[in-house]
Amino acid sequence: MNFVRNIVTIALGLFVLAIPYIIDSTYFLHIIIFSLMYTMLSTSLNLTLGLSGYLNLGHVAFFGIGAYVSGLLTLRAGWAWSAALLAGILTAGAAGYAIGRLTLQLRGAYFVIVTLAFSEVLKLVSTNWVELTRGPMGLPGIPAPQIGTFALESSRAQYYLALLLAAAAVYVAARLIPSRLGRALVGLRENEELAQSLGVNVYNHLLFAFVTGSLMAGAAGAFYAHYVRFLSPEVFSFGYTVTTVIMVLAGGRGTVVGPVLGAFVFVFIPELLRATTTLRLIIYAIILVIITVFLPEGIWPYLRDRSQTLLLKLMKSTRKGRAADFASGRRS
Amino acid sequence: MTTFAQQVVNGLIIGSTYSLMGIGLTLVFGIMRVVNFAHGEFYMLGAFIAYFSFTFMGLPFPVAVTLAVAAVMVLAWLCDQCLLRPVRDKDILVPMLILIGISIMLQNFAIVAFGSEPKTMPAPFPPTTVELGGVFISLPRLVLAGISVGVIAALSYVLKATNVGRAMRATWQDAETAALMGVNINRVYGLTFTVGCGLAAAAGSALAPIFWVYPTMGELAVLKSFAIVILGGLGSVAGAIYGGLLLGLAESLGAGYISAEYKDAVGFLVIIIVLLLRPYGLFGRRGIYG
Repeated sequence: MNFVRNIVTIALGLFVLAIPYIIDSTYFLHIIIFSLMYTMLSTSLNLTLGLSGYLNLGHVAFFGIGAYVSGLLTLRAGWAWSAALLAGILTAGAAGYAIGRLTLQLRGAYFVIVTLAFSEVLKLVSTNWVELTRGPMGLPGIPAPQIGTFALESSRAQYYLALLLAAAAVYVAARLIPSRLGRALVGLRENEELAQSLGVNVYNHLLFAFVTGSLMAGAAGAFYAHYVRFLSPEVFSFGYTVTTVIMVLAGGRGTVVGPVLGAFVFVFIPELLRATTTLRLIIYAIILVIITVFLPEGIWPYLRDRSQTLLLKLMKSTRKGRAADFASGRRS
Repeated sequence: MTTFAQQVVNGLIIGSTYSLMGIGLTLVFGIMRVVNFAHGEFYMLGAFIAYFSFTFMGLPFPVAVTLAVAAVMVLAWLCDQCLLRPVRDKDILVPMLILIGISIMLQNFAIVAFGSEPKTMPAPFPPTTVELGGVFISLPRLVLAGISVGVIAALSYVLKATNVGRAMRATWQDAETAALMGVNINRVYGLTFTVGCGLAAAAGSALAPIFWVYPTMGELAVLKSFAIVILGGLGSVAGAIYGGLLLGLAESLGAGYISAEYKDAVGFLVIIIVLLLRPYGLFGRRGIYG
């Protein structure tokens, strides 16, 4: 069984690495790159929303901070891409720490609104601080990622970069979710008083998850800046947060795979619906509502449970078959 | 001094519609434990229905407003019965996701059906202004304030003095006990959602003659409603009223004395400061978590 699993894992890994060589169309590759970027965002939001149930409606703030810091440092200050990327990630993390310190003492809905207010204020600042950000006109001409003299301009190079960042985020989440901290956060969602009485330091745990999430979101933003190579206050729009929330909840909150699956599903659905032109987002919303009504826990938990029962059934039936063979006196 | 008074009056009048929005949201959250993400879209639909029935069907303005509110209430009732009812016992995030879906659906339906360019309603009243002690108020704004005050008064009467209102308040305090006392919880939930969205439609249709009407107008409105509700303290109708007035005032004074570009930021900054100093809102009680 282990052997089979290893083979499958390696095959899957090779397939993922080979994707840019299998797929010819840059458009299709672009959608996959966007799915990977959203994977970073949904995985990061999952750490707070999925585990502890704390809904951070200002998550896009960290995405925007990562994007603007990295973009502006390369464009205006002439920083190297790698340094700017790191600065973007760390600034988002620092902002996460500051905002987390201030807001995580607030409960439930209050936390929601203060985080939301922070991101809206940042959006207004980026719109109105015209000398720095050129406001709504945006910042064109942000350089592509560059390592030494080698520019990662092609879609293929960008794909590997996105894959690396997304894989790092998913790896951190996969380590964090089953850990003591992850379980403590779930306990927090189920019953905060009980968790506290069992010695869970609510505030520290939440802050850790929150800062980790903001680092990942900052990475997604910094990637976005050098991929799209144009920045406007739109990177702070509420729509990003809503899309990410959809991905986490409909994908399967609190799981490792759920948000990843959610990211791909909800990037691909609108693209597949392009033919329906104006009705596109209406159909998208109808699909979302149907998924939520019928699979309230999310797509991934449903698939996982379904495949498990299927597997069990399969094993049972083969065992039964063998038992029948044995009873009828046949030897194999 | 008169400019100051003028700003205050303008702020309070806009604030009164914010209060309407806030009460709608706080009712739904307090009674149903549902975060109504589609609140802004019901507000937008209210504005559009009022706009069309006034401009194209030639209905008198009060009739147009009533029609808008009634139509939105029917739609809200349908949404509740068909989509929210099946997930009543689920985690708070599940109905929220459904409402996000409804909001995207309604917004894009409006773009397809009405077009995305902003519309202005021809003035339903003569453009006269009323002078009150050196402060000028245009007639549409006065009517707006009248509608808000009237609706709020009617709602507080219903909540305080009727059986339906008592059932709603009982459910608010403790749904299980209320059910044991013979309150039909499901009907209360349906009614609450209907009334909550109706309030949003009332605000939208009342604002239609003053502001632009366009499909995405609900986005900022819903953000502001959240802000108001939290500002006043979740689960407090009085808090939502004061929260709305305060936000209107802060925006109006912020636009007048600080900067018009940062008008919306002023509101949000006030919210951040208030919540950091009083995490349970201005009128919320300590210990009641959202």
